[in-house]
Amino acid sequence: MTVLDAITLSVIEAGLQQVCDEMDLAFSRSAFSPIIAEANDRSDGIYSAEDGSLIAQGVGGLPVFVGVMQYSTRTIIEMIAGGRCLPPEEGDVYIVNDPYLGGTHLMDVRFAMPVFRDGRIFCWMSNTGHWPDIGGAVPGGFSASATAVEQEGLRLPPVKLFKKGVLDPEIYAIITSNIRIAEQRIGDIKAQAAALHVGQMRLFEMLDRYGDETVINAIAELRNRAASQMRSKIASMADGTYSGIAYVDSDGVVDEPLEIRLAITKQGETLTFDFAGSSPPCIGPMNSVLATTHSSVYLAMRHIFPDVPISAGAFEPLVIRRPEGTFLDAHYPRPVSGCAAEVSQRIAEAVFSAMVKALPDKVTAAPAGSSGNFSLGGFDPVRNRPFVLYQLSGGGYGGNVDHDGLCNGCSTIGISKSPPVEIMEQGYPILYNHYRLREGSGGAGKHRGGMGLDYEIELLRGDARASFVMDHGRFGPPGALGGEDGAVNTVTVFRDGGAHVPKHLSKEQDIAMTAGDRVRVGTPGGGGYGEPFARAAETVLDDVRLGYYTAVQARSLFGVAIDGDQVDAAETASQRRR
Amino acid sequence: MNEKTTARGTVVGIDVGGTFTDLLLVEQASGKVRVAKVPTTVDNQSYGVVAALEKTGVPIADIDLIVHGTTTTTNAVLERRLARTGMITTAGFRDVIELGRRTRPQPYGMTGVFVPVIPRNLRLEVAERLEASGAVRVPLDEDGVRAAVRQLLDAGCESLVIHFLHSYANPAHELRAAEIARSVWPNEHVTTGHSLLSEAREFERGVTAAVNASVQPILKRYVSRLADELRDRGYSRDFLVMNGNGGMISARFVADEAAKTVMSGPASGVMAAAYTARRAGMPNVVTYDMGGTSTDVALIRNAQPSVSNEIEIEYAMPIHVPMVDVHTVGAGGGSIARVDEAGLIRVGPESAGATPGPICYGRGGTQPTISDANLVLGRLNPRKLLAVDSPVSVEAVTGIFADRIGRPAGLDGVAAAGAVLRLGNLKMAGAIRMVSVAKGHDPRDFALFAFGGAGPLHACALARELSIPRVLVPARPGITNALGCVVADLRHDFVRTVNRPVASLDEDHVAAILRQQAEDGRSLIDKEAIQPDSLRFVHSADMQFVGQTHLINVPLPGPSIGRDALQELFDKAYYARFKVSLPEIRANLVNLNTSVIGVRPEIDLSTLIDPAGREETLEAALLEMRPVWFDGQWIDTPVYAREKLPLDAAITGPAILEQLDATTVIEPGDRATGDHEGNIIIEVGR
Repeated sequence: MTVLDAITLSVIEAGLQQVCDEMDLAFSRSAFSPIIAEANDRSDGIYSAEDGSLIAQGVGGLPVFVGVMQYSTRTIIEMIAGGRCLPPEEGDVYIVNDPYLGGTHLMDVRFAMPVFRDGRIFCWMSNTGHWPDIGGAVPGGFSASATAVEQEGLRLPPVKLFKKGVLDPEIYAIITSNIRIAEQRIGDIKAQAAALHVGQMRLFEMLDRYGDETVINAIAELRNRAASQMRSKIASMADGTYSGIAYVDSDGVVDEPLEIRLAITKQGETLTFDFAGSSPPCIGPMNSVLATTHSSVYLAMRHIFPDVPISAGAFEPLVIRRPEGTFLDAHYPRPVSGCAAEVSQRIAEAVFSAMVKALPDKVTAAPAGSSGNFSLGGFDPVRNRPFVLYQLSGGGYGGNVDHDGLCNGCSTIGISKSPPVEIMEQGYPILYNHYRLREGSGGAGKHRGGMGLDYEIELLRGDARASFVMDHGRFGPPGALGGEDGAVNTVTVFRDGGAHVPKHLSKEQDIAMTAGDRVRVGTPGGGGYGEPFARAAETVLDDVRLGYYTAVQARSLFGVAIDGDQVDAAETASQRRR
Repeated sequence: MNEKTTARGTVVGIDVGGTFTDLLLVEQASGKVRVAKVPTTVDNQSYGVVAALEKTGVPIADIDLIVHGTTTTTNAVLERRLARTGMITTAGFRDVIELGRRTRPQPYGMTGVFVPVIPRNLRLEVAERLEASGAVRVPLDEDGVRAAVRQLLDAGCESLVIHFLHSYANPAHELRAAEIARSVWPNEHVTTGHSLLSEAREFERGVTAAVNASVQPILKRYVSRLADELRDRGYSRDFLVMNGNGGMISARFVADEAAKTVMSGPASGVMAAAYTARRAGMPNVVTYDMGGTSTDVALIRNAQPSVSNEIEIEYAMPIHVPMVDVHTVGAGGGSIARVDEAGLIRVGPESAGATPGPICYGRGGTQPTISDANLVLGRLNPRKLLAVDSPVSVEAVTGIFADRIGRPAGLDGVAAAGAVLRLGNLKMAGAIRMVSVAKGHDPRDFALFAFGGAGPLHACALARELSIPRVLVPARPGITNALGCVVADLRHDFVRTVNRPVASLDEDHVAAILRQQAEDGRSLIDKEAIQPDSLRFVHSADMQFVGQTHLINVPLPGPSIGRDALQELFDKAYYARFKVSLPEIRANLVNLNTSVIGVRPEIDLSTLIDPAGREETLEAALLEMRPVWFDGQWIDTPVYAREKLPLDAAITGPAILEQLDATTVIEPGDRATGDHEGNIIIEVGR
């Protein structure tokens, strides 16, 4: 092997990244599903021919897909070797969404394409897109109470959707016969496959320019270097074991919290993640599959060290013990529809809460960490047609060493925008009574948590059923280093003259509503960072002026006495001596 | 009343940049050109403007037309030095501009800061509510409006925004509330949400209105102060101000839609590029304006810069009014190079900015940057750097490269600088590709138009990286924005949302909308003090497949267009962009757009460089031979004075062209020729 100079390495690294970024761009801009086109719930990457390990991935991909496709690609490679999958030919594109074969939930549909050079597979290109529906009991797929994967939708093992570049009409027919709003899927399928072809074209330009051999050598060397970069980050921590705990409110079926127990052991240049003692697999859909559990750890680490490139090398020093026997390593037929949206964020939260002890200046207190999934399906008598709407919402971020947490930030695992109120009201028979900051929800601290969101939606006509898959209803996002927890998630359905609160607080399926009924949601605030009494009194006064907290809260949470429009310094000092 | 001028006399363009205020004066009768460059006066830009005018030696009273590009509003927004502004919203929705669309500044990293344009205590609610159809659900509480207006005045607000839900569907409540407010508001600074952007999306519309209101008093004050300064010096005509849409508008009206000026600087550069490149016979160009901290890139097809309604000038700060679609890439001469823990060389995203700046400017910078690499490699002449505080020797800078980059990467100082330059170019090329040719264009159809102080330094290397076959370096790359002011047209843009499947369109209705937009533009241009040579009407449609959310812009041949023709134009445009055809799915017409352009007289560019100063031969223009580092070796390279080059010079790289405020690098294998307008066209070797 030739020794590559630092310049060539950097050049090839940037080139591979560029290939992935262009795939991301092409996919989003041509997709039909707003979940892909607007919310960027998709990801594209390049994977090794030997074992599917991650070579490069687009930076604009949804964080929860960090590393996931290397598991599905590996599975395809193994199944081909084992004769359980048709052998690849040029122009083939495999489709797969089986969660247990290296996936997330069924809605995340993966395409994988072998890239041939001189008759041999040079690498794989793969992408994932979140389809708006994949069949199953609940439109959209986010069930709060499924008890088996069959209730969650159509499960596809790896099969060739395109054979030598041609769409297989039979497989296509099977898919479209099993999903809702099928007529637009042809657009997404073509967009998803076209993105892979864009990537292949750009990769070939690069190979032609630098030579296949050089690029192969560079990929190997880059992997080593990414590993050493992650190792040097780890080396900056003190040796020891750091523990973190996070709770999922319930699995949606059994009303008991699920516990994630995480012990991170730092020894030398390795971090070992051990989930031993976490809850066993659950009845409801809050199970996670192994690939999702891994990617949740990876994405949390990337939030902490955003400058380490996403590649298999960066994951090498992160040793994740297989959490066998827990709900973080679910097997068929455990339902998994909550894994990518909620459980993944609790895993990341456990990582944050352990790591903030080791790296207090790099890690924040816990963010709201829920996708806030509210869906409403019903019939609009005026337009004479059925509808299904989704409201995803943000929450407060955790305070950190330098600043307060952001208000209404998006989920840890997402980067997507929420839909405008006006667009929602145009599309559906609903009216928002308010959409505002949830005052007082940020956890108190030297740097407080960001505020959550408070919204209320009224059904204007017809009947509908409301479903919620949220979290943090039982315990708020934890504060760090003496900071208070953020406010818990709240859901209330006003109907029949009364107020209905879901038994599981943050999860319930098919709550019947009729015209005039209302749904009110308060999303979690972020955890506070540092002792609340250490927050400057003038800053607390500003918080009160802006209405983030009341004067009463300023006194009770921060020990700051406010008199009119001024801080009462003497009284504040006395309060803070308590 | 001002008398209409055709502006065929002496025209002046003045652009205020971050460091320099540039002026270009053209006497059209004689073809005489004057240029001035003075330091920008940050606190009040008008001093710099007047200083630049005085430096020309031409009496200000003799000038027929002044066109001005200002960064007053840009700076106000980016530095949050805004007028105290209040906002009145629909009850339950005062937090819309603070909540945003639930995002975070970066995909990775759970930190970030966001400060809303208007603080929460100055955002008040009143009872009123429209449905999405525009039907009134809750009538406007007029007493509530009066009370809120009073409260905001008492709180010291100078400017006011009224922002109600669904006002794009029915503006009645906003109009009535504005009427009530205006009856007591002490000035004209009352902005309604629907007036700038009559489209759904309350966050984007609200921020656009809030930005407009917050910069309006500042722009108004600036413009009237400058008008006074000019009047004192005998210029009593109307002057014009550049808008972000690449057109210009009378200073009398500009503050009404002040938000449109926020991107005016980059827009004027793009207009100059479109103008220059069209005259040079290159209608398709990618513009590349590299500055100290960032690089602006725009795509021009058929001599038309693309216009976007969806520009976000920083995190969660969308300004959704039609503006020239300029993308800002976070890399510039000040981008810092380092070696990371993996031993790989990284360039950016951190920047040394203007202060402390690159090491070579002697303002306290200690970290090696792209500009420093250009100096070490002999590309920049250390004796000709502008705005240097205390000179730093090339040897010292080379030593820093050796220490910071070379040692960890196993290179000497020069090779380290070479590596930084190469990677910096690669990063920039990647970013440029994403916003230009990656959008479905064949780079071989384009030229790279390089301007700004640093653009021509890198252009040949970038063009090679992007597979763009040629580079156009204009006669005076450092004053391109000022040239944009001189050549810009009058321009008004209109957007009307239709949102119907093509199959069910009423063709007469489409034609009527486009004709009305054209008529509205014509009457606005009639109000201006200058008389354009002719009017041009550009129609286009924003379209998608039914079910999509993203749009593509489809140029239309004229206002009358049939459904089938529309479908066909869309299919072609979609295929060109994505290489996907979808006969299964119907097309949707979302917006109809018209730009009405008041075309100004053409200006001859051939005198931008004084013809009298040009030499007969290349040799006579030679300044020196100096060693320059190309691709791993020092090559003794001729350095020419750009102003002295024969008009038809033909130069084979390597070569360097130096002029007052820009340096052009022609790499080995590239071939440069001069054209009759004073441009240098470089054919990039493979």
